[in-house]
Amino acid sequence: MKILVPVKQVAIIDEDCEIRDDGKNVDVDFLDYEINEWDNYSWELALNLQETYGEDVEIVPLTVGPDEADDVLLNCLAKGGERGIRVWDDALVDSDSFAIAQVIAKVAEHENADYVLTGTLSSDYSFAATGMCVAGLLNWAHAAVVSKVDITPDAQQITVNRELEAGIEEEITVESPAVLSIQLGINEPRYASLRGIKQAKAKPIEVMSHKDFGLTDAEVGEIGSLSKVRKMYAPELSQAELIEGTVAEQAKRIAEIVKELKGGA
Amino acid sequence: MNKIMVIAEHRLGELTAATFEVIAAAVGLKRTKGFSVNVAVLASNPAEFSAKLNIAGVDEIIEIQIQENQFQTDTYEAIINSLLDEYEPSVVLTSNSIDAWSCMPIIAAKRQCGFATDVFALNYDGDDLIATRAAYGEKMHVDLEFPGKETVLITLRGNTYKPIEQEASVPVSSFSAPSVNARTTHKRFIEPETTSDVDIAQAELLLSIGRGIENEDNIEQFEELADTMGFTLGCSRPIADNGWLPKSRQVGQSGKIVVACNTYLAFGISGSVQHMAGMKHVPNIIAVNTDAEASIFTIAKYGVVADMFEIADELINHFE
Repeated sequence: MKILVPVKQVAIIDEDCEIRDDGKNVDVDFLDYEINEWDNYSWELALNLQETYGEDVEIVPLTVGPDEADDVLLNCLAKGGERGIRVWDDALVDSDSFAIAQVIAKVAEHENADYVLTGTLSSDYSFAATGMCVAGLLNWAHAAVVSKVDITPDAQQITVNRELEAGIEEEITVESPAVLSIQLGINEPRYASLRGIKQAKAKPIEVMSHKDFGLTDAEVGEIGSLSKVRKMYAPELSQAELIEGTVAEQAKRIAEIVKELKGGA
Repeated sequence: MNKIMVIAEHRLGELTAATFEVIAAAVGLKRTKGFSVNVAVLASNPAEFSAKLNIAGVDEIIEIQIQENQFQTDTYEAIINSLLDEYEPSVVLTSNSIDAWSCMPIIAAKRQCGFATDVFALNYDGDDLIATRAAYGEKMHVDLEFPGKETVLITLRGNTYKPIEQEASVPVSSFSAPSVNARTTHKRFIEPETTSDVDIAQAELLLSIGRGIENEDNIEQFEELADTMGFTLGCSRPIADNGWLPKSRQVGQSGKIVVACNTYLAFGISGSVQHMAGMKHVPNIIAVNTDAEASIFTIAKYGVVADMFEIADELINHFE
């Protein structure tokens, strides 16, 4: 059983960031990067399956991103797995969830993966669509926002819980192969050990282009996306009335406000 | 090609509240473009729901009978796909629900139509549909366009549009469902345990704690503070995921919407979209956070940039 785990290096923005000249995104100088929080959980799930079933399970992290995105693969490989895949090409800049999914689907086919485990969403754009777009392109069974998984190698079907709104869950069976998007809280992601971090540096990361999988430039990037950014801008947000002063003064003011509100309730 | 199609959503025998918001959004869009609004409802007995969809501004209710009443993703995908072939709508709207997250990206990917999720404003610039959504944890807004796309699929953020209360007599038609190979099978719904615990959805005064609490040992201080102040203790997702407080105390999209709350004291909660979905409507939000940039301050009435533990130490003295 082979499990492909697409992980993402997400951008977080500085205070007082500037929009780039074309008006379509934040200037790259104002971006910091970290692993998408959800992807820690999907990778942990893959690690757990490998630990349970040993050599029957191969787990491969994949990222679509530039050189710096190797960091997220190293982060995964420090916890387990033997190799990673990174796909990049300048034509992939400004890809939306669907265009990224085009690449992931090709890698899943190329790797003969049985399962693709993605995060439910990424914290930067929060489209919550990449995983399910992969399922659409592969025409695989799928479940979104998965909060519990029971997979055994070679099983024809697996059992998962979908986390729905308002605390309700739905238990369903899903045919294999399948794409699952994994929700926070499904497990407790481990931290990488120092030894693991050292070992990860020796593990191979295969770097490929979308063209290696037969995708054309027109199928990825902004041109291959299902939406295009017309403009990005800092919204005019309302701001709370700030309660200032020493901690004692701030607490006193909160108490006054609360007592007033309770009195009026 | 001048139709707006709404996919009505239901769970456990009830249309979702968000469906009525989506219909309101569709009717608003119709007014600017003169489009028709066609609402599709997929159910084992669709008539049960279509009776409740007689809303002013809706032009047609399309009943589609399916075998199982609950959502099944392959079924919804195949039927919506056939509806798109038959009706050729310019825009297809659903709520930004978990079910929509399952089926809409599949349809978008297979048909390569325009697609955006969690949209909170829809406008036309001439003939170009512009969908506005957020990025970077609500710090930025983005206007998306869909050049060359004849159909655009949109999922709409909840608590954004006011449902239309005016009723109307809407013509009903039926559409026959294609046969589908369902690759997932419903086993059961697991509803949240009804414990003897308080129902935070009914609490008027809530004191909620988030990631800032740092570790389980610190929970007690806030339990005591909430008790002393006469507040009910709630929390954000990480606290419940860690098992530090029961899931029944979680405020947000996957927890509770705190409908009855009047005063919400947020300690160490940065304000994720999912958390704010459960409490942003509260009239009096007081947020305490060390990070002056935290999103929670954009919806709070009062903001306190301070250490939550120091504030808590002081605050309790005013209520003892």
